[in-house]
Amino acid sequence: MGAAQQGQADWVKIHPLVVRITHWINALAVLVMVASGWRIYNASPLFPFRFPNELTLGGWLAGALQWHFAAMWLLALNGLAYLAYGIFSGHFRRKLLPIAPRAAIRDVLEALRGRLSHEDLSMYNAAQRAAYLAIILCAIVLVLSGLAIWKPVQLQEIAALMGGYEGARFLHFFAMALMVFIVLVHIVMVILVPRSFPTMITGRARRAS
Amino acid sequence: MKKRSMETSLADQSPKLIRSIERRLFLKTSLSLGALALLSGCDLTDDENVQKVLQGMSRWNDGAQAWLFDPNKLAPEYPESAITRPFPFNAYYAEDEAPEVDAADYALEVGGLVDNKKSWTLAELYALPQEKQITRHVCVEGWSAIGSWTGCPLRHFLRRIGADTRAKYVWFRCAEGYTNTIDMPTALHPQTQMTFKFENDILPRAYGFPMKIRMPTKLGFKNPKYVVAMEVTNEDRGGYWENQNYNWFSGL
Repeated sequence: MGAAQQGQADWVKIHPLVVRITHWINALAVLVMVASGWRIYNASPLFPFRFPNELTLGGWLAGALQWHFAAMWLLALNGLAYLAYGIFSGHFRRKLLPIAPRAAIRDVLEALRGRLSHEDLSMYNAAQRAAYLAIILCAIVLVLSGLAIWKPVQLQEIAALMGGYEGARFLHFFAMALMVFIVLVHIVMVILVPRSFPTMITGRARRAS
Repeated sequence: MKKRSMETSLADQSPKLIRSIERRLFLKTSLSLGALALLSGCDLTDDENVQKVLQGMSRWNDGAQAWLFDPNKLAPEYPESAITRPFPFNAYYAEDEAPEVDAADYALEVGGLVDNKKSWTLAELYALPQEKQITRHVCVEGWSAIGSWTGCPLRHFLRRIGADTRAKYVWFRCAEGYTNTIDMPTALHPQTQMTFKFENDILPRAYGFPMKIRMPTKLGFKNPKYVVAMEVTNEDRGGYWENQNYNWFSGL
């Protein structure tokens, strides 16, 4: 009995429920958007390469477009809910700020050497803060450039902001590439620090002792 | 109770074991996700229930686009220097398989909810008031090209034939059998044009001789070429690509 109480006291809540739900909905939406987006890209590549069809979703252009324009609502609505929560609950202020560029660079270098500390999972280190903020900015650019490509006439003001229809296509591609890169690094980090994985499901982590 | 304390003590005593179990679980999850991704390609999209959801979302997007469509918002126009040369030919067949319409025999059939169903010869069509636009053609594949089109605003022609503009759709049939249905608000848009010329020359065969319907507010495949018949209707008849799961509204 005493041991059980002792065990419970060791757990701290680090990820709020809203963050966990929006994280996993976002993971699904991004997976569908990227896989279908690659198929759409293959119909008229911007660069002299195509994505392997096995990694894409939709079977052909029409199917990929159906997936892309269905999942965009999931991505956008979920993203708006996350942003609203992050801003109004103080979550962003508490967890992502302040961003210190020098500390972020130091932590990224440490991480590359495999020496980055993830002892206290309730605190994001500077590299994490920079990465999570970058991925939020990537998503915003992806949505805006996506709107410019989807509606270059009705939303021509957004399209002009994104470098016109053709400019928006390139911006959409580069923002996707950066987001996929950050997600891959994120997954590698989770594999290297596996105890961080269940915390995004249960919300709890064992207090560092 | 007993079980719980056992778990706790296990965790206390062998954090390494817990960590390895966690790692194994994580690996399993990743593998399942990977398998799902591999399955996805064609199988998932072809599944009947998935198709129902995707088509339902496509209908929803038709509604969202109709709501977003501003009948007075003009597509940006460009200077002559911006015209893409050569302007690409694009169809589901090769250029030399494109329909060859005989100008002398041509007559545009007009039908449906209109007062005057008389057919129009090319000479009669050419006599209609014409406007020029240099606008961007956006293909559903993603590429775009800027072209110069001259012809009669469709809304002027619809008024001329006494069309019931409260009808929902205008349907087009083309020489090769291609068909296309558009919404009435787009048909009445000031830049929707019955095109007879490309860059001041009679519309060449590659671009839809003798008549193309140019809509800079819609994707390229919604801009039919070689148009031989037009009907004002309340019935959605779909179209060549729309019936193959391309989005119906396909607005820009």
